[in-house]
Amino acid sequence: MKKIVKYIMTDILRSKILIIYTLVLFITSLSIFGLEDNINKGVLSLLNIILIIVPLFSLLFSTIYMYNSAEFIELLVCQPLHRKNIWISFLIGLAVSLTISFVIGTGIPIMLFQFNLIGFLIVLVGVILSIIFVAIALWAAVQIRDKAKGIGMTILLWMYFSLLFDGFVLFLLFQFADYPLEKPMLIVSALNPIDLGRILILLKLDISAMMGYTGAIFKDFFGTYIGIIITFFILAIWVFIPMYFSTRKFIRKDL
Amino acid sequence: MILANNITKKFGKLIALDNVSVKCNKGECVILIGPNGSGKTTLIKCILGMVIPDSGFITFNSKNIYKDWQYREQIGYMPQMGRYPVNMSIGQVIEMMVDIRGGQSRLDDDLIIDFKLKPLLHKRMGTLSGGTTQKVSAALAFLFNPSVLILDEPTAGLDPIASEILKEKIIAEKENGKLLLITSHILSDLDDVVTEIIYMQDGKMCFHQSIELLREDTGEDKLAKAIATIMLKHANNNI
Repeated sequence: MKKIVKYIMTDILRSKILIIYTLVLFITSLSIFGLEDNINKGVLSLLNIILIIVPLFSLLFSTIYMYNSAEFIELLVCQPLHRKNIWISFLIGLAVSLTISFVIGTGIPIMLFQFNLIGFLIVLVGVILSIIFVAIALWAAVQIRDKAKGIGMTILLWMYFSLLFDGFVLFLLFQFADYPLEKPMLIVSALNPIDLGRILILLKLDISAMMGYTGAIFKDFFGTYIGIIITFFILAIWVFIPMYFSTRKFIRKDL
Repeated sequence: MILANNITKKFGKLIALDNVSVKCNKGECVILIGPNGSGKTTLIKCILGMVIPDSGFITFNSKNIYKDWQYREQIGYMPQMGRYPVNMSIGQVIEMMVDIRGGQSRLDDDLIIDFKLKPLLHKRMGTLSGGTTQKVSAALAFLFNPSVLILDEPTAGLDPIASEILKEKIIAEKENGKLLLITSHILSDLDDVVTEIIYMQDGKMCFHQSIELLREDTGEDKLAKAIATIMLKHANNNI
């Protein structure tokens, strides 16, 4: 399995797109910290950019890579290799390469300007989001045979996670404004890894006071160490569920 | 050595394989023939575990291949259309296969030398012609000295010289007591190598016979003519 990961990673790291991604992240983070006087505001802007760019890039890059590697997968499948290992190697190869790009691109500027728990949490959330969306992209790629449909599907998924879901939550809040929704909101937020990451970091930035009573409930939960651990546990589930189903599907797929 | 039992495979409404049973033993050279779309490649892919049959089972050395993968160590496969990562050079692909399959004490690089692939090793797979890609596929299939060789349309796309080299290699491997499973349209190519014939049509196996029996039955000496007689008979039966 190590060998396959090695070949996949050398293949990915050779592509120029990944270098451009790293550079874009690096320049954006540096310029945001350079432009903002208030470090907290800088962190907030950077967080918003990361939460949009990282899932989108991870999804698109991984799906396109998987479709382009169809030949490679075919070649590997007729060798004495376990299909599960082949699939997990692709996941690891993609996740590790995207993580390396992300850590170089944003990790270095954050360590320079914001060397504390919040900075560390932002990098960690970014890394986990990269891995989650690689796993989701692989699931889409194994389910859909057609390349155009598959890429379209991942774009829809991204729209759901970063735009539609928030709309859905707002709709719920307005419809049930007369009821106490604070506790159900905790559960609803677990349905979207991007929101989970955002809430986790916002609450560390001490602006939860602006979010009213819901903010206080969130603070009670996400502010504690147990809350943080549970959050990361939920994020881990977000990695394992798509990974489990895509592997199961790949083992039974006809090539 | 390879035993397929009542294999059925459907792709949507299309029945690619319909209750096919095949038995192949060591030292045989089995040729799989039939019109386009008769399920030859699907059968081969089932044996390789690339396509999972809807029902029926396949055993390799009396072990069920379902969810097994180690048995592929003993198989060399040359696909009909070799598809390789376009960014890798021939040398890198070969190196990678050696690295992944590993564990083999003796590599058989006869074909790499005979096909004169050595000077082309730095060329990228994406830039190769169809024939050269086929040569690489053939070289890779024979490289690991497998006890079973599965060749899907081996001579299609090869020039006469290369196809002659491949044929000699096939004969040599047969002498070594290996099992060869070949699909082909061009029968005259393999006249003197083949020992068993399987004829397939519309996903069904029409017959599986040894070549001597077939020659006796049809009274034709040439393989191509014997097959043509059989094909005509089947066509007439269908009408």
